[in-house]
Amino acid sequence: MNKPNERKLTIARAMAEAMQQEMQIDPSVFVMGEDIGALGGVYGNTRGLLDEFGPERIRDTPISETAFIGAAVGAAQDGMRPVVELMFVDFFGVCFDAIYNLMAKNTYFSGGNFKVPMVLMTSTGGGYSDAGQHSQCVYGTFAHLPGMKVVAPSNAYDAKGLMTAAIRDDSPVVYMYHKSLQGMGWLGTEAGATVHVPEETYTVEIGKAKVVRPGKDVTIVSLGMGVHNALKAAAKLEQQGVEAEVIDLVSLVPLDRDTIRASVAKTGRLIVVDEDYMSYGVSGEIIATVTEHDISVLKAAPKRIAFPDVPIPFARVLEQHCLPNPDKIVAAWDEMKAA
Amino acid sequence: MTPTREDQHWMYHNMVTSRRFEEAIAKIYFDGKSPVFNMANGPIPGEMHLSDGQEPVAVGVCAHLNPEDIVTATHRPHHQAIAKGVDLDKMAAEIFGKKTGLSGGRGGHMHIFDADVNFACSGIIAQGMGPAVGAALSRKMQGKPGVAVAFLGEGAVNQGAWHEAMNLAAVWNLPFVCVIEDNSWGISVPKEASTAIANNADRAAAYGIKGMRIEGNDPYAIYEAAGEAIARARAGEGPTLLEVETYRLAGHFMGDAEGYRPEGEKDDLFAKDPIPKMRARMLAEGAATEAELDAIEAESAARVEAAITFARNSEDPAPEDALTAVFA
Repeated sequence: MNKPNERKLTIARAMAEAMQQEMQIDPSVFVMGEDIGALGGVYGNTRGLLDEFGPERIRDTPISETAFIGAAVGAAQDGMRPVVELMFVDFFGVCFDAIYNLMAKNTYFSGGNFKVPMVLMTSTGGGYSDAGQHSQCVYGTFAHLPGMKVVAPSNAYDAKGLMTAAIRDDSPVVYMYHKSLQGMGWLGTEAGATVHVPEETYTVEIGKAKVVRPGKDVTIVSLGMGVHNALKAAAKLEQQGVEAEVIDLVSLVPLDRDTIRASVAKTGRLIVVDEDYMSYGVSGEIIATVTEHDISVLKAAPKRIAFPDVPIPFARVLEQHCLPNPDKIVAAWDEMKAA
Repeated sequence: MTPTREDQHWMYHNMVTSRRFEEAIAKIYFDGKSPVFNMANGPIPGEMHLSDGQEPVAVGVCAHLNPEDIVTATHRPHHQAIAKGVDLDKMAAEIFGKKTGLSGGRGGHMHIFDADVNFACSGIIAQGMGPAVGAALSRKMQGKPGVAVAFLGEGAVNQGAWHEAMNLAAVWNLPFVCVIEDNSWGISVPKEASTAIANNADRAAAYGIKGMRIEGNDPYAIYEAAGEAIARARAGEGPTLLEVETYRLAGHFMGDAEGYRPEGEKDDLFAKDPIPKMRARMLAEGAATEAELDAIEAESAARVEAAITFARNSEDPAPEDALTAVFA
């Protein structure tokens, strides 16, 4: 039930509202991608924009990710602020040259003389049996390669503020939203993602993590959908008398290492939850952030719950076996406690 | 459309400046790289792709461009950069990896960026297509003047990026011109072994746009065709595809032994060197006097020498500069 003056929005609507408000004040902002016009985006995040701004600024593209992401780079360098959609992040395989060789490198290769102020928004995540070409997160892949800021909202408030901040940023920002948080009924919806969103324009700082639940016994670090799993696990742990602190990374690049280190310095225990693949990724980076800084704060070896190093399978039982969930987090705590 | 006397002088001047520049780079490039060739050594480390012989394409097209027009080029960019008006001192310094370079040494010869004249190039085949088409889109959306030209080699038309961007430019009717420099070699692979059709301008039909092939590496014919294409783009009549026959007088990169070339090909190409041909034509047609052309050549040589001196005398970047300019 809504409280007075509370306006709950889905992430999809929050994203659309941020784009709408920025387009109203800045004529250089435009949106392009596949099915973002009349359809309003497969995930609803451009719904309503075509009616207000027309097909020049809400621009459906051919199915040509290499061309339109490359074109966004050229338009951004020429004074525009494009928001482009890569419908599924899994599709980066057909257009990564435009992303990591052009979008991410032109600022550097030009010695800062060319700016590339663009947003690449893309859907991530599985859990609905879409198999391994439509369910990945690949957060770590984007965060690993220099030159792109990377954000991943876990709720609608952050989704709006991050989108506004991303559009206003003079550097390219990869905006990774999670399908299960989007508020599209047909994808299932995590209720905790739909929260109060102020009508007025605001920004959420890129590069700043949030402590979304304070605690003193263990730090659980996650992002996107994982934050909700972490919060559910924390509620279960509370019943055992364990106070878990949950950190929502919000941004992967820049990574707010200080907030992570301060929390683990307090709790002495670290669990990382990541829906991306286990190896060479976000979970390892978070652990290294703590251990290379001051390993003495740890009372136990860190744990990570991430997608095992296999392509994402189709069958429900197979996929669910691999995905992080609250029970796996609680089990990690049990092992940590026993060690 | 024949180039005016002034245009011809400009074209010749830029062709000669480009050639002198490449000659100067070639000479210095091997410093420190012999007797053992190691690309990492010498005052100009790294790969080097020279444009000798391809100058007519650059000047024939860029004669119609203004600083506000956009050019994207390739791994072989010097002739186009010079014709587009990129600052020669800063470009030379970038090629030497100096602090005074266009990008402070972060990019080098395959990553020449000059925001003042809207020039950029990059090292992967067909990569400049998307950004050029996007810049054309930007101008159209903003209602600002300017056309975008993407220069590519003939090998680039077999890349997916090329087809995707051509289609995008055509479906959105953008002020865009694609210029294929057909030097007939993709490193060591001849065009007929890589490309299913002889004339890439025919591919324009696939996008419902005009395509033209220009034979003979002739700056006058290129000037005329490019003039039509760019005028069409400026008039809002959409993109054009030009394929230009040209000659690569150098190897793919410096150090390329060119064992793949048929016997005698290089001799034939040098006999058709476009620079002495243009000089002879201008004299024959009374477009310039010997004295005028001698003066142009002297000026080009002096300009190149000054740029090379500037580059040589410039400081190296501070090592820790490597860690800056990742983000705006």
